[in-house]
Amino acid sequence: MTSVQLFNLTTIGYFVAMILFIAYLVTRSRIIALTATIVAWVGFATNTAAITLRWFEGRAMGYSQAPLSNLYESIVFFAWSILFIYLLMDLKYRQRAVGAFVMPFAFLGMTWAQLGLNDAIEPLVPALQSNWLTYHVITCFLGYAAFAVACGASIMYLLIVNKNQESGFFSIFPSSKVLDDINYKSIMIGFPLLTLGIVTGAAWANYAWGTYWSWDPKETWSLIVWFIYAAFLHARFTRGWAGKRAAWLSIFGFAATIFCYLGVNLVLSGLHSYGS
Amino acid sequence: MANQKETTFAKKVADFFCSLKLTIFCLISLAVTSIIGTVIQQNKPRGEYVQVYGENLTNVFEKLQIIDMYHAWWFLGLLFLFCVNLISCSIKRLPQIITSVNNPPLTPDESYFKSLTGAKTFDSKLPPDQARERLSNLLGERFAKAKTTKADGTIHLFAQKMPWARFSVYVTHFSILLIFVGAIIGNIWGFKAYVNIVEGTSVDQVWKQGEKNPLKLGFEVRCDDFSVTFYEGGQRPKEFASVLDVIDNGQEVISNRKIVVNDPLSYKGITFYQSSYGSAGAATFKMRVTPKGGSGRIVTGQEGDHIPLPNGGSFAVNGYAAEYQGFGPAVQMHVNTPDGKHGNPFVVFQRHPEFDARRGGDYAFALLEYNELQYTGLQVKKDPGVWVVWTGCFLMIFGSMAAFMLAHRRIWIAIVARGNGCTVRFGGTTHRNRAAFDLYLDELTTEIESTLNAPAGEK
Ligand code: HEM
Repeated sequence: MTSVQLFNLTTIGYFVAMILFIAYLVTRSRIIALTATIVAWVGFATNTAAITLRWFEGRAMGYSQAPLSNLYESIVFFAWSILFIYLLMDLKYRQRAVGAFVMPFAFLGMTWAQLGLNDAIEPLVPALQSNWLTYHVITCFLGYAAFAVACGASIMYLLIVNKNQESGFFSIFPSSKVLDDINYKSIMIGFPLLTLGIVTGAAWANYAWGTYWSWDPKETWSLIVWFIYAAFLHARFTRGWAGKRAAWLSIFGFAATIFCYLGVNLVLSGLHSYGS
Repeated sequence: MANQKETTFAKKVADFFCSLKLTIFCLISLAVTSIIGTVIQQNKPRGEYVQVYGENLTNVFEKLQIIDMYHAWWFLGLLFLFCVNLISCSIKRLPQIITSVNNPPLTPDESYFKSLTGAKTFDSKLPPDQARERLSNLLGERFAKAKTTKADGTIHLFAQKMPWARFSVYVTHFSILLIFVGAIIGNIWGFKAYVNIVEGTSVDQVWKQGEKNPLKLGFEVRCDDFSVTFYEGGQRPKEFASVLDVIDNGQEVISNRKIVVNDPLSYKGITFYQSSYGSAGAATFKMRVTPKGGSGRIVTGQEGDHIPLPNGGSFAVNGYAAEYQGFGPAVQMHVNTPDGKHGNPFVVFQRHPEFDARRGGDYAFALLEYNELQYTGLQVKKDPGVWVVWTGCFLMIFGSMAAFMLAHRRIWIAIVARGNGCTVRFGGTTHRNRAAFDLYLDELTTEIESTLNAPAGEK
């Protein structure tokens, strides 16, 4: 078994879990919801095993780096992080319908990685040989994942708000109050993680190049994302922004997050071009 | 009248700087304007802008300082506004918070209780003093030590947890100012420069970006060696390394310190980072030249020179690769015939000395040594503000987690005598996470009830 095969199994697991969650929305069967959750757990375990195995594969090739160094590795870790945050939220809220709006992010990420990206394990160029890289990637992606969950909950919120939830399709959705809370709690988890991600990135840059901040496009975009979520939290804490406006801001914030992660590499130029 | 007008104007200005609207305005404007600098490349030569945007637009960019926008007056102004907002908010709110934390109402009246979270009233058969003892113990065990106050025949209990959590927001906000202070210190008392050191030589001065005159270091840095290594069988660089010594006052204080890209050298607050490298003059090589059927002879020479061969011809080396198609270091060379005809170029590998005999020329060449004199390019940096920045980052992370997760919780209980028994009023407040506090108070309420209902004399 190679790690790439395990990643394929992970992708299939996430696909099945996603379909089951959607089936749950339609059928309202608790058994389907439970099965979906179990499949999601199994997929998460496979994802974990695959990342670990890839680490060992790298070691066997004589590279000591953590498997977090190129676009392929970062996106499978992103999928792992999304599941991690989602399953944490599921343990707390047990609102299975949310899965139908979060699993697609993980599934899309895995599919793109498996179909479109180079999965070779390559040694690191000198600029990336640092433990700071590992801390930086882990904190950033856990933060991004929390924002993904917040975005999923916000989309659901916008679908059900002002709708009658007594009966019909939307009655299986969590109440708008719960969705709003999931949105807010996820951002509250994600924000300190993003802060930590930016700080570890700055610490690394300072250690490697002697400048902790150089306004490179990736850095600047991470700061833009930080500003957006800071605005979200302040609007919430002191002006009581909740509900619709909060949901839109959260979706907008996640769009900026994705741009920061992918758009900057694909559209703009700068330092962080994943070793290309 | 005029005075009043003035105060309202002053108040308006103060309110403006303290308002959260201004905060959100600053955050959003910074986010939006920052985008400009990521779309339009920064600090490029003027010509490049003219090529992409045309003369007129480039002039506009220059006027608005968009090509160096993170140092533009309007961007720095926005950051300044952001700081003023933060400072004025704290000045306005902090004293109120200190007062409210230090002087909680110890004897609240009935209407105050009604405004509290989880407000409840119980009737108990217990005499007030016994109720006080039991409730005080319960609070002490389950929440925090209670403070007892007696007023107008009513017994008041007050207990609170983590009052200092109120200040975590201010720690967070202060941390942002600290980061700015650190950045300013770095800008004023620090510098950023570069220097190239040829292998085997030393320097005692460095050059700041865009400045003509060098900056004296006050000590010397020598480069013993620079090397590039590659991953097995490829062009992918594995390591750029320089071996450096520091000589201060004629003493070698640091010897043979190897620096690589992620591992710099620091001395007296000045840090040297591996940054670039290049060739410094012609390279020398050592070769064994073996005539067909004869025995070999060692020849040394300089790259580019024509070196005579016994048959009247000559050879020259004119290229080197540290890694040639997975076979390791190699030189490119050619042989000239005695009548001066230029032969075809061929490649000789250092790791395969027997290889060249198979070419079938009059002479077989084996590369023994190749010394390319190189220089190492170092980034030199001094930043006395960096620790202030890290302190700020540390405070920001812990401050913001505390601001989100820790709550200042307070509980009040009033015990009013009623006949032989008493009436107990109960309620609390929290400054964060009301939902969790509600659940907590629900549990506490049940315990209070059972404590109060236990027969007198028992616990
Ligand atoms: C890590 C970043 C930040 C965190 C975690 C944070 C947290 C908070 C919190 C929790 C509050 C609510 C205070 C309360 O409950 O009374 C608050 C208020 C406020 N924040 Fe921030 N903040 C951050 C950054 C900023 C920044 C960058 C500004 C920029 C100007 C700012 C300006 C303000 C202002 C003006 C208020 C209202 C002041 C008040 O009502 O006391 N904050 N912040």
